[in-house]
Amino acid sequence: MNPLLEITNLSAAVDGKPILKGLNLTVCAGEVHAIMGPNGSGKSTLAAVLAGRPGYEVAGGEVLFDGANLIDMKPEDRARQGLFLAFQYPVEIPGVNSTYFLKAALNEVRKARGLPELDAMEFLDLVRARMDVLHLDQSLLNRPVNEGFSGGEKKRNEIFQMAVLEPRLAILDETDSGLDIDALKIVAEGVNKLHRSDNAQVVITHYQRLLNYIIPDYVHVLHDGRIVRSGGKELAYELEERGYDWVTDHVKSERPELAAA
Amino acid sequence: MTRTLPTTPAEPRPLEAHLAAYEAFERSATETSPPWLRALRTSGISYFAELGFPTTEHEEWRFTNAAPLAQFPFKPVHRALRNAVTAADLARITFGGLRACRLVFVDGHFDMALSELLPHSTGAVMGSLAAAIERRGDLVEARLGRAAHHESNAFAALNTAFIQDGAFIHVPPRAVLEAPIHLLFIATKPGTVNQPRNLIIAEERSQVRVIEDYVSLAGSAYFTNAVTEIFTGQDAAIEHLKIQREGTAAFHVATIEAHHQRQSRVLSHSISLGARFARNDINLRLDGEGCESVLNGLFLATGDQVVDHHTIADHARPHCASHEFYHGILGGRAKGVFNGKIYVRKDAQKTDAKQTNKNLLLSDEASINTKPQLEIFADDVKCTHGATVGQLDDQAIFYLRSRGIGEELARQMLIKAFASTVLNRITVEPVREELERLLEERLAQPNA
Ligand SMILES: Nc1ncnc2c1ncn2[C@@H]1O[C@H](COP(=O)(O)OP(=O)(O)OP(=O)(O)O)[C@@H](O)[C@H]1O
Ligand SMILES: [Mg+2]
Repeated sequence: MNPLLEITNLSAAVDGKPILKGLNLTVCAGEVHAIMGPNGSGKSTLAAVLAGRPGYEVAGGEVLFDGANLIDMKPEDRARQGLFLAFQYPVEIPGVNSTYFLKAALNEVRKARGLPELDAMEFLDLVRARMDVLHLDQSLLNRPVNEGFSGGEKKRNEIFQMAVLEPRLAILDETDSGLDIDALKIVAEGVNKLHRSDNAQVVITHYQRLLNYIIPDYVHVLHDGRIVRSGGKELAYELEERGYDWVTDHVKSERPELAAA
Repeated sequence: MTRTLPTTPAEPRPLEAHLAAYEAFERSATETSPPWLRALRTSGISYFAELGFPTTEHEEWRFTNAAPLAQFPFKPVHRALRNAVTAADLARITFGGLRACRLVFVDGHFDMALSELLPHSTGAVMGSLAAAIERRGDLVEARLGRAAHHESNAFAALNTAFIQDGAFIHVPPRAVLEAPIHLLFIATKPGTVNQPRNLIIAEERSQVRVIEDYVSLAGSAYFTNAVTEIFTGQDAAIEHLKIQREGTAAFHVATIEAHHQRQSRVLSHSISLGARFARNDINLRLDGEGCESVLNGLFLATGDQVVDHHTIADHARPHCASHEFYHGILGGRAKGVFNGKIYVRKDAQKTDAKQTNKNLLLSDEASINTKPQLEIFADDVKCTHGATVGQLDDQAIFYLRSRGIGEELARQMLIKAFASTVLNRITVEPVREELERLLEERLAQPNA
């Protein structure tokens, strides 16, 4: 099968500071990948580079999304091609109504897929159905995007947007942080419902907890800008038990050339 | 006091043309005017002669150079041309879906044929000031010139010297006018000066909404110098919406002086989108206890536009509130000025005054000079103010783009959001919608 996402030897810098230092990752349709790693290891940087956040300079390597060069695409084109990032810190946008925003976004994405725009009624039907899945209060739609939302509401709102936009590749950056266990289950259930054989999910998380509900096919450990270990879901349990030091120490003893950077 | 002599001659202050025009006007037009009006005009021209046009040394004009106004050839329009405005023109500039009494003024003069007065049984009088001077002389005499400070404001003085026509609205006690009154000022003649003079009286317990709206048919330069005096009686409620959407070659100066009595409620808006040069002075005098006022404003300037707002919330009596919200959007090489004064006089205990001015700079070359000015002589008051100058939020733009929304649309969404908090306070819906559309249109222009 052709990979949906193929990252080869990616290095990237922020404000001139190298963060990603030769990262490789391949994700195929139908798969769920988890990326774990200590604070500051570069997880959000990877997500930002993939989504095209300005200010993140790609210094080397290649990223193919469905065979096309992702790095040259504008952020909006990446989204229209089916890439979605659930932000670690969703942005509040005062004065921009949630419904208006989401309808504009959905219609852009549909246009790119050659689908007709939805009218107001069709849109509302779709949105209501998806809100129910995430147990989100419909009144949130009348409010400005994320403004005054609680931490948990913001995270659920990200997954709700994902449910509406139906991306081919979703990157969830610490969607579990700040969620209590009930909210976590709801979010995980939502993510699982969206999972199909023709799309893929990359779940970035600190804790193994989320992976009890979203079962990954692969787990990767990111350390100092590189993926230093990959395995099946049991790797997550091992990490939970032994901590990240276990992996990073391993790296130092096994592959000193990586640890030296 | 010593002053160094300028090495180049000071800005010319060509008052001669203005004084000569006044003399000609005085000879031709005033034999039919009542003596009190002649006296008022004389007073206007003498103050104007004394004050002259302000220079940047003038405290209220420090950041805006009025030289282009002083140099503008002074050709007042004393009589409007018939048929200068066609029905098609009118259809283009009136607000679709707005049910309102419409008074149309062409180059400052009332045009009955273009106006549309809805039947109403409230006893309210609305029409031209010229007619009111003839028919309701007592009412006009008692108020005209009593609010505008022509002794200290040169533009008000110049306007006063040439008082001839403008809008007159009198809402009798307890009358509630459902339909708003749309005062539509259309400038048609390039190279001229039009000086409408408006008088709005809302007697006690009355309610009225007035839209004072300036547009142009003339593409090239002309000069509008308007003065509006507003009086609201006890327990009256007024919404006054000043719209300036003139062509980008126009020069526009407007002075609005409003006196409010006990427990009146005032909602004042100023929406400034057009003109090469626009200066608005909006002064609210809260003369009775328990007045509630909102000063709401939005200005957009792009290209080489200059837009200046000076406002005053003058608290003279206890228990009055003034809440002020002004938002500025500046692109291109535009210059904005905001000066918001809050006076709290000795008697004005329990004043609740709040002022915010937020500005959005869309380009590196655009600028804003913002200054709150609080003068407080009472001790038991609540006064807050704040001003911000910022750019569009990059994080927000990226968030929108990451959902598939193009960069240009993302920027527009954020600019509109910034404007909407101000526009949403306008209660006349068709007008608010049209203003949103106009804003969008202006932002889509290449020099924005
Ligand atoms: N805008 C920036 N300017 C400078 N350094 C930055 C910037 N953004 C991130 N970094 C640095 O890049 C490194 C990686 O940050 P990143 O946010 O990708 O880590 P993370 O793995 O997501 O961490 P966390 O688990 O805390 O979310 C950190 O050292 C961080 O300080
Ligand atoms: Mg992170």
